[in-house]
Amino acid sequence: MAHGKSTLAKIIMGIQNEDKGQVILDGKDISKKSIDKRAKSGIGFAFQQPVKFKGITVYDLLKLSAEKEINRKEACDILSKVGLCAKDYVDREVNGSLSGGELKRIEIATVALRNAKLTIFDEPEAGIDIWSFNNLIKVFENMRKVVKGTILIISHQERILNIADEIILLNNGKIEKMGKKEEIMGDILKQETAGFCAKLGGENNG
Amino acid sequence: MDNIELELLKQIADINEAPNGAYNIRKNGQGIERKVTQNVNIVTKEDKQGIDVFVKENTKYEFIHIPVIITESGLNDVVYNDFYIGKNADVVIIAGCGIHNDHHKDSQHDGIHRFFLSEGAKVKYIEKHYGEGKGTGKRILNPVTEVTLKKGSYLKMESVQIKGVDSTIRVTKGVLEEDSNLVVSEKIMTHGNQFAKTEFEVELNGENASTHVTSRSVAVDKSVQEFKSKITGNTKCFGHVECDAIIKDKAKVIAIPEIVANNVEANLIHEAAIGKIAGEQLTKLMTLGLNEKEAEEQIIKGFLK
Repeated sequence: MAHGKSTLAKIIMGIQNEDKGQVILDGKDISKKSIDKRAKSGIGFAFQQPVKFKGITVYDLLKLSAEKEINRKEACDILSKVGLCAKDYVDREVNGSLSGGELKRIEIATVALRNAKLTIFDEPEAGIDIWSFNNLIKVFENMRKVVKGTILIISHQERILNIADEIILLNNGKIEKMGKKEEIMGDILKQETAGFCAKLGGENNG
Repeated sequence: MDNIELELLKQIADINEAPNGAYNIRKNGQGIERKVTQNVNIVTKEDKQGIDVFVKENTKYEFIHIPVIITESGLNDVVYNDFYIGKNADVVIIAGCGIHNDHHKDSQHDGIHRFFLSEGAKVKYIEKHYGEGKGTGKRILNPVTEVTLKKGSYLKMESVQIKGVDSTIRVTKGVLEEDSNLVVSEKIMTHGNQFAKTEFEVELNGENASTHVTSRSVAVDKSVQEFKSKITGNTKCFGHVECDAIIKDKAKVIAIPEIVANNVEANLIHEAAIGKIAGEQLTKLMTLGLNEKEAEEQIIKGFLK
């Protein structure tokens, strides 16, 4: 349903421009900053549909994401954390030869690696099978333990909402409810048409 | 050799000193250094410019370097090199040409290489082309590669032209007997007003012969590239041609595929795609902290890797 969840996420990352309002990070207005500057300021973004590249390998992408030289063992460790058998993937191209679930986990790995102040996942469950989805939940549960910043997950899935600390309910582009999971979970599950943002951990960076 | 010449050798053959194995280094139209081995003999042609390279049967894992460098402006160097690869030999041949032109006259090298592979022979053939220099004279390279593959033989050709070549017409031809396999991987980048034309022509004559031809190219500024391929299947065989190009600015890329099946068992595929860098690819890399220029460079680097 189009309630503005992905649009909001893209506006925060700078992929889409806002009509009005501001994006504030750490008390600073970053509305005029480009995507890369926002990334350097501490925002990470995982695409709903992972982007494919001809010639760029998983290892290349992880090195670009890390913004420093990482060795193969470090790359393998990162991939293992998202449930991929690392040695089978590290040298593969990030292209259509990988399944939707594999691409999604690689996408998550490249974003999680940045350990950003605010990491946004735009409907991470989209386009993956139930087996990959189960693994995805584990990945988020693990990230919650190790990532210091805030994780913002856009999702319709109850199981993802269940691991949230706070939930924001969007309806027709406006925040309808926002608060601790326990306070609003019961109400929002009755609203089939609304969209949800699950907020995990972190300080109040957003 | 001076520093310019050594740099050219480094660029095209990745060698800083005399390479291991047999080699023949040609500079400004003349052979200047040569080494043969027990298994690889190199003989100067008597009827025209060039060499014959003979690899004994069952030779395993030897490297043969045959680089050409040109630093003399105005030179038009034409060379004919033939390679005779013995039965079941398995070797790597590294060729390539580098031109340094600091003057106003054009410098040109036309290398005609013919490969004759005996039954069961395997060759990896690497060819790099590179140009540099501040002169207005053009740097022109026109390589011709003709491959004849006997039963069960295999040749893999990697051809790279990344920088500095103003004009090139590259012709690659293959005639394949049964169970033989020709794999060609070509990577080209053109800038400014450069022109690159590539022609592939492969005849699959023997049963179960196969070929895979992959071309990846990037054309920027006002450069022009043309890719022509023709695969003819005359029996039960498999042929696959894939041409991918990234285009930027006011560049132009033309892809002309032709596949001819003369037998009901011939399985031939041609794929071609030309387009600009996908916006989503740039955006993804920018979300990782790269600015637009850096993102573009990484995408092109990966594409041509």
